[in-house]
Amino acid sequence: MPRPDPEAVAEAVFAALAEPTRRSILSALAARGPATATDLAGLVPISRQAITKHLELLAAAGLVLAEPGERRRIRFRVNAAPMAIAQSYLAALAQDWDSKLARLQRALDAPAPRPGAAAPDPAVPGS
Amino acid sequence: MPIPDRIERTIDLAQPPQRVWEALTSAEGLGGWFGNRATVDLRPGGTAYVEWDDGDHKATLTISVVEPPVRFAWTWGIQGLPATDPRRTYVEFTLAPNGGGTRLTVVESGFAQVPDELLGTAYHGNVEGWRKELAELADYLHAAA
Repeated sequence: MPRPDPEAVAEAVFAALAEPTRRSILSALAARGPATATDLAGLVPISRQAITKHLELLAAAGLVLAEPGERRRIRFRVNAAPMAIAQSYLAALAQDWDSKLARLQRALDAPAPRPGAAAPDPAVPGS
Repeated sequence: MPIPDRIERTIDLAQPPQRVWEALTSAEGLGGWFGNRATVDLRPGGTAYVEWDDGDHKATLTISVVEPPVRFAWTWGIQGLPATDPRRTYVEFTLAPNGGGTRLTVVESGFAQVPDELLGTAYHGNVEGWRKELAELADYLHAAA
């Protein structure tokens, strides 16, 4: 199998999350654990046929895994790996060095402590 | 748009490199502008712990470069990912004299790294498998409807 493209994985996550019903399905699976389409139909206010269609899409994107169960009671569970890949995208956007550097500049511009004032020894861990 | 791998910022500060260096590398500095509390074992391979007051947020920095007062670098985990996630980003500060002040550059890189094992599991449920399951599910639902 060719190495999947991380960007395509992230895109599939964001596309899945852009649709309210798929968000509801993923939220229900995340909150309550693996569930069948019938279970989900009791939790999300749409038909089981519509749920099946969304599950198919989510499975194709690798966001849910189908687990064969007894008597065709297939259970679906969240597959976390694509979320973890999408999170690195969000982490890059959320890192916010602009605010951090602005705080550094303010700290440096604040009046310096008077010479001779007792300062903690930076060499001592925990000081 | 691809996942941005590298964040780079440059800021001109009025203070000389030595003062900026202290703000970047001391416990008082990192616990002042960066976090709310910090401890620093300032040597390559040393560890710095930074804590924030907002909701138990903590970070562990593994220091990789200490070249006073020019270059300081660490690696740390990606915020928001579980502690078990192997990915770490690399943060490097470079201090250059600029008149009487300092031109400070920070580069954080490694956001777009994705280990093969994680990518593999992203498509873990093999495609044949789920197609078959879903076809059976559709039959089952149709029969039950």
